Amino acid sequence: MNSLVAEKKKFTQYQVLLWVGIGSIIMAFAGLTSAYIVKKSQANWLDFDLPSVFWVSTVVILVSSFTMQMAAKKHKEGQQNQFKGFMTVTTILGISFLMLQVQGFMALEANNIALTGPRSNSAGSFLLVITGFHMLHMLAGVIALLIIAIKAPKKGESVSLVSTYWHFVDVLWIYLFVFLNWIG
Amino acid sequence: MSHEATLHGHELHEHHDTFLTKYVFSQDHKMIAKQFLITGMVWAVLGGLMSVLFRLQLGYPDASFPWLESILGKWAKGGQITPEAYYALVTTHGTVLVFFVLTAGLSGTFANFLIPLQVGARDMASPFMNMLSYWFFLAASVVMLSSMFVETGPFSGGWTAYPPLSALGDASPGSKTGMDLWIIAMALFVVSSLLGGLNYIATILNMRTKGMSMTRLPLTIWALFFTAVLGVLSFPVLLSGLILLIFDRNFGTSFYLSDIFVNGVGALSNEGGSAILYQHLFWFLGHPEVYIILLPAMGMVSEIMSINSRKPIFGYMAMLGSLFAIAALAFLVWAHHMFVTGLNPFLGSIFVLLTLLIAVPSAIKVFNWLTTLWRGNIRFTPAMLFAIGFVSLFISGGLTGIWLGNAALDIHLHDTYFVIAHFHIVMGVASMFGMFAGVYHWFPKMYGRYLNNSLGYIHFWVTMAGAYLIFWPMHYEGLAGMPRRYFDFSIWESFKQFAELNRFISTVSMIVFAVQILFLINFFYSIFKGRKVTTTNPWEANTLEWTTPINPGHGNWPGEIPEVHRWAYDYGKDGKDFIPQDVPVGADESSH
Repeated sequence: MNSLVAEKKKFTQYQVLLWVGIGSIIMAFAGLTSAYIVKKSQANWLDFDLPSVFWVSTVVILVSSFTMQMAAKKHKEGQQNQFKGFMTVTTILGISFLMLQVQGFMALEANNIALTGPRSNSAGSFLLVITGFHMLHMLAGVIALLIIAIKAPKKGESVSLVSTYWHFVDVLWIYLFVFLNWIG
Repeated sequence: MSHEATLHGHELHEHHDTFLTKYVFSQDHKMIAKQFLITGMVWAVLGGLMSVLFRLQLGYPDASFPWLESILGKWAKGGQITPEAYYALVTTHGTVLVFFVLTAGLSGTFANFLIPLQVGARDMASPFMNMLSYWFFLAASVVMLSSMFVETGPFSGGWTAYPPLSALGDASPGSKTGMDLWIIAMALFVVSSLLGGLNYIATILNMRTKGMSMTRLPLTIWALFFTAVLGVLSFPVLLSGLILLIFDRNFGTSFYLSDIFVNGVGALSNEGGSAILYQHLFWFLGHPEVYIILLPAMGMVSEIMSINSRKPIFGYMAMLGSLFAIAALAFLVWAHHMFVTGLNPFLGSIFVLLTLLIAVPSAIKVFNWLTTLWRGNIRFTPAMLFAIGFVSLFISGGLTGIWLGNAALDIHLHDTYFVIAHFHIVMGVASMFGMFAGVYHWFPKMYGRYLNNSLGYIHFWVTMAGAYLIFWPMHYEGLAGMPRRYFDFSIWESFKQFAELNRFISTVSMIVFAVQILFLINFFYSIFKGRKVTTTNPWEANTLEWTTPINPGHGNWPGEIPEVHRWAYDYGKDGKDFIPQDVPVGADESSH
């Protein structure tokens, strides 16, 4: 259908869709983190340190961004086998990140910081909701990774789109990690 | 016209559609637009009927109508609506009209229909996502509808769903299953809006035909663009607020709930939650939502006024700038809904200032509409009448906005009928007029037939007079302190003076509702039996949708997409009545 459009566009429509969608996701997290700040300024706020496992998950997601970038590069160079290899590593790292986050929640509960239920403080609940909502976006990313790792499309922009999204959820986590540790 | 020759040539995108792919799982933006329109109309009828029912209670608080019991059963024991049913009706009326009719029904219909046709694209950026957008909307509709048939009734704590009524299952009958379904329906609705909005933005930015620069876009498209931007930036925040609400309801967290005492339950075990926090999150969507409803109507009114005045729109760039200003200010005024929540008065004064600033772009728009009409060669089609009616309502309702935007006055007027009068006129009825204007104007493009004009005139005049007769008196009731959301006023000595007025308002609302049924008859009769459109450009308009065949197929243009050489408003230029956008600029012509 687009062949009739004579001018060459700077961005494809899928890139625009993705970037506007990213803007929309940013607003959802901006909403949650501002609610966090408002709530923190009120009474009954429980201060606690993040369990160290969140540091591990942060390193894991950073490495996965790097392997994703390598995969995209190999894809551009047409080296399908190496592309598949890096995609597999990225997917495994993504799944590990999700599991480590759950570990983090369990560490908090073990330290007697309830995330839900009548004993919970909204400080812990916020951590669960914000981190959990981020995990949902990571999960969508993992599914996308799996699809392109298996389909391994030779042409098309799907690899670069998924790569952009993956970097985005990575940066989003870095923001949340910094926010939960030092800002909020 | 030069296109006439190619019209009956081969249709580029004539697939062999089955009934399912053509009418149900369609990916054609024009069919999706019609799906949004018809679903929105179903909701408009249901939502309107609800208002008639609760107006019946407000107008005749002592009367008994046995037929009510036969329809509503236990919700109208003894022929009188119960207080629970009254609140359920008010809440559902608000939710449905704001979101399902004036958001999905309005921008869902016209963004889908007009964006590809007016920017010169064969379809949306992602037709598949566009189809999903409708199906999420339909799913939201089904869930919302089903909430009315559960044992404990639908949610009944107002369309804003403030906690604790929304957060605590034991707070009211409607707070139980009804509220669960309300949240699910709204979450589905947010997804639908986001999928739609992303598509509208990507299509406008990326799929314009050759020569269609951003400043050659018709104002309809600009308005729909800002609407979509508002939607994708504000709906996610509502979703965040709803997620926290779900946790409070189901997982015992304390975001919004604190250790309040509830009759029959005792003190809650929650600690330190803040109900005000929800209000901030809600109104951060809630205020832009007002403009999500209003901007599409503004865009269509601009377009219809210019065409039917046979004059260029006055101040195109000013119109564009004021749309931008309104969209930007929309994000900075949410706390004016919260002046009486104990908001810091200094903060309040900033929100007063920002709120009153909206008067500037609004006044620019009104000025430009009036100057577009000035000395125009006006064609009073039903669409044009509704467009002029929109401007009238926007002025009347906008002026009372200046009252309510003032924190000091708001202390007296908050939660009174004055507020109801204000937002129904400026946002509800005005946008509905924009929607009617759009339907009358683009019906020939949608169905290849005209709506009946005589019925259209009756529809307009009764609705126009009715809108003022219903809502004008409410200003006085509100100034006298009559609070909104009350089931029965007859026990207060001070409000007895309004008993007759309330009966009058209720009677008018029933007449206005009856006239909408007339419109429905006109609509469905005309789809099948209306006068056929015989020319591709019946309104002699400049925009690209009128260069397509009378009944365009999937892909819109049988041949190449026309190239654009000028803006959309060359009416009455160089002695010519109109020059469509795809006509090249002549040598002796001052180009635009």
